[in-house]
Amino acid sequence: MNRKLLIVLLGTTSLYSMVSRVALADPSEGPLFIDGEIEMITRTESVEGHPLPEVISGWHYRTESTQALEADSFENPGMLAVEEGEVLWNTVEGSEGKSCASCHDDAAESMATVGASYPKWDAGSAKPINVEQRINMCRVEKMGAEAYPFDKGGQKPMTAFLKNLSLGEPVRIDVEEGEMQAWWERGKEMYYTRTGQLDLSCASCHEKNNGKYIRADHLSQGNVNGFPTYRLKQSALVSLHNRFRGCIRDTRAEMPDAFSDELMALEVYTTWRSQGLSVETPAVRQ
Amino acid sequence: MAAKPRVKVPKSAAAGDIITLKTLISHKMESGQRKDGDGNPIPRDIINKFTCTFNGKPVFSCDMDPAVSANPYFEFKAKITEAGTFTFTWVDDAGEVTEMTKDIALK
Repeated sequence: MNRKLLIVLLGTTSLYSMVSRVALADPSEGPLFIDGEIEMITRTESVEGHPLPEVISGWHYRTESTQALEADSFENPGMLAVEEGEVLWNTVEGSEGKSCASCHDDAAESMATVGASYPKWDAGSAKPINVEQRINMCRVEKMGAEAYPFDKGGQKPMTAFLKNLSLGEPVRIDVEEGEMQAWWERGKEMYYTRTGQLDLSCASCHEKNNGKYIRADHLSQGNVNGFPTYRLKQSALVSLHNRFRGCIRDTRAEMPDAFSDELMALEVYTTWRSQGLSVETPAVRQ
Repeated sequence: MAAKPRVKVPKSAAAGDIITLKTLISHKMESGQRKDGDGNPIPRDIINKFTCTFNGKPVFSCDMDPAVSANPYFEFKAKITEAGTFTFTWVDDAGEVTEMTKDIALK
């Protein structure tokens, strides 16, 4: 190919990509309707004490095609796991011969808005617990079944199923309950502490630089309202604690274990930050 | 192919209507190009064929190759001239066949 022509071509592409970069840098317009019916709160005023004036769902930071996947519950591949979770809800397991449905009947009624208000204070263990741990408590104490190991067995499908029942409900968390305030403080400290060889805190990306690009990735506010989330990169559901660990790994720091006190504190704090946004489980992300 | 595939077909249509069909199936679509933690190649395991027939007549079919992502999704259209049954079939490398049928009535 003619060298001059090649240079001209290269010049145009890089200019073009710069222009499109700039145009993409802001979060997109909404609104998001699931199946054209359920209106989702994807932008809302943040709670008192929040450092940002507006909380914005990660949905706004994704490409149009990814956004469209989430808007259609049939096309959303995360819904395969939700259906799997529904089957598990009715499956008898363990020594007591019970399924979830044996005690809780129809999840659509008994669990209608439950998924929107976790983590909750658990007086028994004197710690906050999330949906995954609540499921395991029931399995061990009531069903005589084995607890799901992290991200294994039915953990992700069951969590996705339960949270999906709250689709559209605003995320909320009671930080007044028990000693939640102390966990909130600890989570906040984690959020703002720079760690790893790259010396990054959660806030470095998701508070100070949200809306900008880190290489090819459009940084969101890191809200947790869509978890477990279907990530196209993994072609699978990704749990919140997996994502926490992934982010921490990317800063080249040592990763705390899933459901460890550190990550539970971070879940309490990030859930508090995400309040007011609709539960989007299973959200679809890059 | 453990999970049941998801298929969306209207319950009824008027004669001459062009309807949209959607299918989604859970499958890892292992390409055969990857290696496991010990460096051994992970054998290819993909759905290699998908077909849809209506009352035994072909509507849509395709072969798939390793570049297709996990959980393949298809959307296509068909003209309805009579009531009948759609049959959807997925075949994977292990020879496992997943079949699903959906009836449609005339309005």
